[in-house]
Amino acid sequence: MKTSIQFRLNDEEVATFADSGSNLLDVLREGIGDLSVKGGCWQGTCGTCTVLVDGMPRLSCVTLAESCEGKSIETVAGLRQGAKLHPLQTAFMERFAAQCGYCTPGMLMAAKALLDREPNPTRENVVDAICGNICRCTGYEPIIAAVLDAARAAPRRS
Amino acid sequence: MTIAVKTFARLAEAASALSTERGARFLAGGTLVMRAVNEAEPSIETLVRSTDPSFVGIAVTSGRVELGAGVTMAAILGERELAFLHPVARAVGGPAVREAATIGGNLFAPSPYGDFASALLALDATVTLAGGYGQRELSLEEFLGRRERGASLVSSIAFKRPANEVFRFTKVTRVHPKGLSVLAIAAQLPLANGRIAGPRIAYGAMGRMPLRAKAAERALEGRPLEDNAIAPALAVAADGTSPLDDAIASAWWRREILPIHLRRLLLGAGRS
Repeated sequence: MKTSIQFRLNDEEVATFADSGSNLLDVLREGIGDLSVKGGCWQGTCGTCTVLVDGMPRLSCVTLAESCEGKSIETVAGLRQGAKLHPLQTAFMERFAAQCGYCTPGMLMAAKALLDREPNPTRENVVDAICGNICRCTGYEPIIAAVLDAARAAPRRS
Repeated sequence: MTIAVKTFARLAEAASALSTERGARFLAGGTLVMRAVNEAEPSIETLVRSTDPSFVGIAVTSGRVELGAGVTMAAILGERELAFLHPVARAVGGPAVREAATIGGNLFAPSPYGDFASALLALDATVTLAGGYGQRELSLEEFLGRRERGASLVSSIAFKRPANEVFRFTKVTRVHPKGLSVLAIAAQLPLANGRIAGPRIAYGAMGRMPLRAKAAERALEGRPLEDNAIAPALAVAADGTSPLDDAIASAWWRREILPIHLRRLLLGAGRS
């Protein structure tokens, strides 16, 4: 049974039909075609599928897509403005905070949720913000440094 | 297989649907149920949801706390009056999980999940079940004892607000800052004239579901929170437990380290 779902995705209205009971991750990737969102575990464990729902971080793999009807979804595809990267993206490159890159979309969105709420985070704030996101390459330190760098970069796009 | 999703404005309607719809499962935050859906759990044919405002209500008075079962860990962390529960809510997943995970859902979490349920057990919480024909209240201990016997919709959870410094919680993990429980301990330790009076201690990950440390509670009664005085309680700390052997820890290891962490908690070195 297909059901219609409408929401705002990165400031644009989108609508699609999806199997009833689908998770948001599958709808974003297969229904909408936003491949910036990655699926890792489909168990709510790894954090790579993190998106923002009405500004708050959510694991899209364990979020019922129908529960997002009418809400605002942000994915990593919406971070840059034209050719201009978001300060988090720039900082991740400069700090070599991505190796294989698979965790990066989730890390960026978890970090954005933090910086939107707390523009001047402590290291402890950053560690807590990404504590649900698994990275098997970097050892986390470059990611923490990148988020702190991005917080210092101005002007920052909210 | 396609799954039907049915959303109801009132909890009573959702409860009715839960008992009458084929293969129905109640969906709150989704951290447990959507995982099962993703794994194509064959028993799930219908997801039942509710938008009832009471499901996410928080009422805190000087003496009592009443929480809708759909209150999330993030909502707990946003409530200053519930500061004694912040270490417990913060122990549940990262920010994205805490935005979704509900206190009601935590009551159904299989070991080694369910840290929040351990805390509620130590707080002597009562659970209100919604049904098509009304509501029913029972102790959390009784609820946990029968939770696997059938579908039930927890509508709210209530408990007496503990006095300052009385409630303590600790979670032991291998991975830091966040990991699954090797074990969790929650304790309510009221003092009268410097001695413990009516303690309640609950463990997480020391059985299939959160359980009381009744032998340790008895051994602590009337004693001061001092090293020598708590030794008898530590000696019986693991009595009545049946921890799992899993990828996080062996049952043997959990039993071995339980008294060490209980001692730290009782002497004030726990995450409280």
